Amino acid sequence: MDVLLDIFGSANFWAAAIRIATPLIFGVLGALICERAGVLNLGIEGIFVAGAMAGWLAVYLGAGLWGGVLVALLTGAVFGLLHAVLTVILGLSQHVSGIGITLLATSLSYFTYRTALPTVTSPPRINPFQPINIPGLSDLPFVGPALFQQTPLTFLAVILVALVAFVLYRTPLGLAIRAVGDNPASVEAQGLSVRGLRIGAVVAGSALMALGGAFLTMSAFDAFFFGMVNGRGWICIALVVFASWQPGKALLGALLFGAFDAFQIRLQAEIGQVVPGQVFLMLPYLLSIVALVLVARRADYPRALLQPWFKGQRH
Amino acid sequence: MSLRLEARTDAPVTLKLLVSLGAGLAALLLVAIPVMFAGGSPFTAYGLIIQGAFGSMFALSETLNRATPLILTGLAAAVAFRARLWNIGAEGQLYIGALAAVLVGSGLLQMPSMLLIPTVMIAGFIAGGLMMVLPALLKQRFGADEVVITLLLNFVVLLFIQMLVEGPLKDPLSMGWPQSVPLLAEAKFDKLVPRLRMHWGLVVGVAAAILLWVLVRKTVLGFEIKAVGENRAAARFAGIAVDATMLKVALISGGLAGLAGVSEVAGVKGYLSADLSPGFGYSGIVVAMLAGLSPVGTVFAAIFVAAVFVGADSMSRATGISNYLADLVVALSLLCVLVGGFFLRFRIRYERTAAPVAGA
Repeated sequence: MDVLLDIFGSANFWAAAIRIATPLIFGVLGALICERAGVLNLGIEGIFVAGAMAGWLAVYLGAGLWGGVLVALLTGAVFGLLHAVLTVILGLSQHVSGIGITLLATSLSYFTYRTALPTVTSPPRINPFQPINIPGLSDLPFVGPALFQQTPLTFLAVILVALVAFVLYRTPLGLAIRAVGDNPASVEAQGLSVRGLRIGAVVAGSALMALGGAFLTMSAFDAFFFGMVNGRGWICIALVVFASWQPGKALLGALLFGAFDAFQIRLQAEIGQVVPGQVFLMLPYLLSIVALVLVARRADYPRALLQPWFKGQRH
Repeated sequence: MSLRLEARTDAPVTLKLLVSLGAGLAALLLVAIPVMFAGGSPFTAYGLIIQGAFGSMFALSETLNRATPLILTGLAAAVAFRARLWNIGAEGQLYIGALAAVLVGSGLLQMPSMLLIPTVMIAGFIAGGLMMVLPALLKQRFGADEVVITLLLNFVVLLFIQMLVEGPLKDPLSMGWPQSVPLLAEAKFDKLVPRLRMHWGLVVGVAAAILLWVLVRKTVLGFEIKAVGENRAAARFAGIAVDATMLKVALISGGLAGLAGVSEVAGVKGYLSADLSPGFGYSGIVVAMLAGLSPVGTVFAAIFVAAVFVGADSMSRATGISNYLADLVVALSLLCVLVGGFFLRFRIRYERTAAPVAGA
């Protein structure tokens, strides 16, 4: 019990939980926007890698940190556009296109990295984002170090959750996006472009996904490694179902996940090798599967998810 | 004049073949861009890739050796996708099949090769198959999406394998390397040609492709798979036991991926380790799509993908261009064949008519 108290009572733990959750927040938000518009984007894992690589490389080549963020956003948007062309315009299988985007984005990123830096053996470093001090808040006891000594991208992620929730539920655009994923015929009947809305949502969502990757190389770490994304994208796909396609629950899911991950690392350090490390590493995936099975029955899938739409089509 | 899309009811085989070939060629053309970006000549690179993949008996053997697991994982994806069961978990099923092979074939059973090899193969098939039946059941019982579940299971399985080969299954004679105890000599596949790496797994793969062709073309189950894949509701209305068919498809699909694992352990490595597969499960999806989900086409598509990987390795050694180029070709092939699928589904009609009727 003392071990648990030590872990949960430390500001350091909560800070780590939020740090680990940050890339997932970007990823879940991005996936959520795509799926709300009716398009599953399994390209997410590759878009994470591309965002991580592109953002890092831009900074390494001399761009500012925010310049790197912009490059990552654009990279994600380009892959999103490709996915949108294949699935929304041509109406091809969203599953297969997504897997294809993941393979393409991953291999293109690795190829570019190797080509740009043919001779390096240890990954070159950049100066990543530093934690910002919010006067007053950062100095609060416990809460300050836990919540407010984070890098700007973490704050951006939390702000984006509120922004996406606001747009989805409080604006005509959000209404249209939700409708296009539920009942495209009604959207078309109102004279709005089903394709335009879907393409826009996939491009914007994919751009956000890339930020999740960029956070890894430009904020959590200071270099790009092969295999550094390591399934985080796929976890986001599971978290979207867990969150029932709602931004607030997405934030909660990502934070729970971050807390769990931070917890297992510390618990392992405390109790040592009683249990093989892989058991802890497996748990997030197993928990995701259990969560998916539990919520699947009452999951409120966007009704037009995975269904291509052609103009003039009637259901 | 206007363009109109007309849905095809059925695409002729020649068109399917042309689309697959066209997609492969388009991918190679697109890859010229990164090759030039890396400072190489595309023609030299392609020449070196082809030479590296087919230029000698050794090269050909390496290509066929690499194609062997891809045939099996490609068939695994093809049969599942035909029924629109999205099995993205061939990677995990491959490892589970390999694990079963090691559990059964490394000393548990003492038999002559004639018996032990089939036993090991059946164990791997069943283990891999059950690994896919589980998500199929979860889908039927709880409506849980099989794409995400099979995908997540890949990570669970790989970590589980790592745990085993670093722990209970670790070979005490491996000098600290995380690898399992070796298979008995009686459980191993013979080489097809002495001193070359290609092995009997290739024959197993080709035989599996032919069997699967017979299954989908000539049997009731094949007809049911087609019906379920085309329209689940209509199949159910026509009295087909959709759920049972899906479970059979899951067993066959996962089983084939499991066989790929058996083949790698028994034909190449001789033991199980966490680096047994460099993504054969995922490449299998590309192979199946390139083949238009045709079992026999899968053999050729697997050889194409294997040639790209083996050839790119040798090209990379000669030119210094990163061998991630192979992954690029494979990814672009998948996307090109997907676009090609559009032309299989639709006929583009030019019409010299007035503006389309409003609301059409």
